[in-house]
Amino acid sequence: MHSKWKNAIVVGATGGIGKEIASQLLSSGTNVALVGRDGTKLDSLADELRREDARAISVPCDVRQLETVEPAFQEAIEKLGGLDLIVYAAGVMPRVEPNEYNTEKDAEIIAVNLTGAIAWLNLAAKRFERAREGTIVGIGSVAGDRGRKGNPVYAASKAGLETYLESLRNRLAPNGVSVVTVKPGPVETPMTADRGKLPGMISADRAARLILRAAGKPNKTAYIPGKWWLVSKILRAIPSPLFRRLNI
Amino acid sequence: MKPLPTDRLRRVEAWGMTVGGPCYVFRPSTVEGILDAFDAARNAGKTVAIKGGGNSYGDAFLNREAFVLDLSRMRRILEWNPATGVIQVEPGATIADVWQYVLEDGWWPPVVSGTAAVTLGGALAANIHGKNNYRAGPIGEHVRAVWLLTPGGDVLPLSPSQNSELFYAVIGGFGGLGVVVAAEIQLKKVYSGLLDVSAFATGRWVETLDRLDELAQSNDYAVGWVDGFALGAKAGRAILHSANYLKEGDDPHPEESLSVEFQQIPTTVFGIPKTALPRLLRPWVRPLTMRWINSLKYRSGKRQDGHRFRQGLAPFNFLLDSIPNWKHAYRPAGLVQYQVFTPKESSSQLFPSLIAMAHEHGFPPFLAVLKRHRPDPFLLSHAVDGYSLALDFRVHGKRWEKFLSLANEMTELALAAGSRFYLAKDSVLSSDQYERAVGADAVQQYRELKSRLDPEGLLSSELLRRVLLKD
Ligand SMILES: Cc1cc2nc3c(=O)[nH]c(=O)nc-3n(C[C@H](O)[C@H](O)[C@H](O)COP(=O)(O)OP(=O)(O)OC[C@H]3O[C@@H](n4cnc5c(N)ncnc54)[C@H](O)[C@@H]3O)c2cc1C
Ligand SMILES: NC(=O)c1ccc[n+]([C@@H]2O[C@H](COP(=O)([O-])OP(=O)(O)OC[C@H]3O[C@@H](n4cnc5c(N)ncnc54)[C@H](OP(=O)(O)O)[C@@H]3O)[C@@H](O)[C@H]2O)c1
Repeated sequence: MHSKWKNAIVVGATGGIGKEIASQLLSSGTNVALVGRDGTKLDSLADELRREDARAISVPCDVRQLETVEPAFQEAIEKLGGLDLIVYAAGVMPRVEPNEYNTEKDAEIIAVNLTGAIAWLNLAAKRFERAREGTIVGIGSVAGDRGRKGNPVYAASKAGLETYLESLRNRLAPNGVSVVTVKPGPVETPMTADRGKLPGMISADRAARLILRAAGKPNKTAYIPGKWWLVSKILRAIPSPLFRRLNI
Repeated sequence: MKPLPTDRLRRVEAWGMTVGGPCYVFRPSTVEGILDAFDAARNAGKTVAIKGGGNSYGDAFLNREAFVLDLSRMRRILEWNPATGVIQVEPGATIADVWQYVLEDGWWPPVVSGTAAVTLGGALAANIHGKNNYRAGPIGEHVRAVWLLTPGGDVLPLSPSQNSELFYAVIGGFGGLGVVVAAEIQLKKVYSGLLDVSAFATGRWVETLDRLDELAQSNDYAVGWVDGFALGAKAGRAILHSANYLKEGDDPHPEESLSVEFQQIPTTVFGIPKTALPRLLRPWVRPLTMRWINSLKYRSGKRQDGHRFRQGLAPFNFLLDSIPNWKHAYRPAGLVQYQVFTPKESSSQLFPSLIAMAHEHGFPPFLAVLKRHRPDPFLLSHAVDGYSLALDFRVHGKRWEKFLSLANEMTELALAAGSRFYLAKDSVLSSDQYERAVGADAVQQYRELKSRLDPEGLLSSELLRRVLLKD
């Protein structure tokens, strides 16, 4: 199928989900700017993914270095020759011990999952608002729906990202810009590699397919796959005192 | 290279709403401001497209991801002589600005387009024609001088006798050779703000074309509306209008009709504000209802056959302006106009074939307009000794490829009939087709002038890249 997007940026294109998204976009004819920290990795990824009818270009950027984001964003657009889709798929989820309170580590999570997303997506929002077109996709998580014991700041970063995306959507919808929030359950990627087989886990390929399908629907918020919607409804309905006792 | 001025990013859209996207828009108010925009473009490694009022149906002023120079702020009337009717204007002054300024002195622009929102810069760059083209020629024939700002920063005066090669190329040159920063035009003396209009109904293509030709020989204006849904035996049925300026003394109250208020078009129809109309009309702009509306229009026109009446110059010429943003009735689709200029001998063969072909491809023309033309001396002239047929199509983005294939077939047929095309309306021609229409020599000469005046290729647009300038 031919994609509705001509030019896309995928931030976190070297990751499990990001790479699949980039690869599927390229196979459907979308030019993609691949963003991650490691230039060499990006170059070889670009070589691997590039198609005859779609260009893959590498744009190195460490999203924690905020001053580098705007030049990278502009460089991507220049090289692509335009932009109509951005997917922010960068993220970190370090292991956190039950009694660990490490602010440095936590700040790092916020820097990549939330501040980095804001830095990239603010630029996209400004551009799309003026261009009166474009799609912004942010990857939240079912983990953002409740404050679980496991990884407080990861959960908070995803909750924060989702609220930020909702605000963007409410700002931009009147201008014809679509903001899509996707909330995957466990996906088999390097991020989850050391966690074993988690319940309901799906492949990155399938996750990417579902994410791009949701991205094609204006202003959609979608669980990936859809069944997590029900699970999340139930989890959200559990009263806090009870939730506290559960081992999730 | 300097970073791009992202604060200048705006969506710029073709008038027909079929294509648009982000451009870096500069709106200078002076020549120095234009030169600053040129420098900014050079620094960013971008090209510059010139935009007037944005009334070209296609990509004439589009330059996505690059610079657009919007001249609509440079709209002063620089000089006016009510005794001679010579006016000097900045390029962003619109036809409305001009006629409203001069009418009370008894003058009128000699050539106007169907909308008065066109700027003089845009009118000259396209070399617009009116419903009087067979008589008055294009607007370029009424220009005494233009001042061209070259990308290098020189201002060159051009006229039929000074830098004449450039004069005949810049007018009708679609903004590829320089920026027209001022123009001096000879207006037409009028003794009334009214025209004597007559309406006629005709039955078939040959009759319609012959009758329009006849009207053109003896009237100041002549134009035809054709029922775009009538096929077979009814094909070519039309309502024609002719009109004449009033002679001195014909209008008992010229001071009244020569006022701006008199010419104003009412802002409501049946009590409905006209601004609300496009939205209300939207469900009607569909093949089935448009077939019915066309038929109704023909039948009511037929009842008026031979009817004579007087109409104001503005309402007669700018009928389409009477409903602001009427194009929005085509939403969420876009509006493409396909206009061919065909020699007299081959028109009666070509026009019915084009309309039939459009129907076969599932694109009935919602509006079809016929005009009479004559050749003119401009390098990229779109006119021929013959007729033009303009067909309006509603084209949804999803059906764009399908429409392109129809347009391509129509173009090949039209080229075989010796037709030319008008870039102000065009969205579909290839450079090869355009070259076959206007002639390889003309294209070559244009490119030579371009490399002389703009060796770095600063001025460009999506239209110019598509049809005239090779990348
Ligand atoms: C409803 C409607 C009816 C119309 N009817 C007619 C008609 O009856 N007859 C007719 O001939 N046309 C007609 N047109 C087309 C219109 O006249 C042309 O497209 C005209 O060029 C529009 O002028 P603009 O000021 O909007 O210029 P734009 O559309 O903004 O620009 C047109 C071209 O002019 C160039 N340009 C603009 N300003 C300058 C400048 N200062 N120096 C150099 N280049 C410049 C641009 O680069 C572009 O190539 C109609 C259009 C509409 C929307
Ligand atoms: N996997 C899951 O189960 C799951 C579930 C729900 C939501 N998610 C979310 O989905 C997104 C993608 O996850 P994933 O599983 O694909 O993770 P992943 O395989 O670990 O990939 C993470 C990506 O983020 C990039 N990244 C990390 N830090 C960066 C930084 N400082 N600057 C730039 N890029 C940085 C990485 O690029 P480099 O290392 O090359 O710089 C990599 O491309 C994340 O937001 C994650 O939270 C994942």
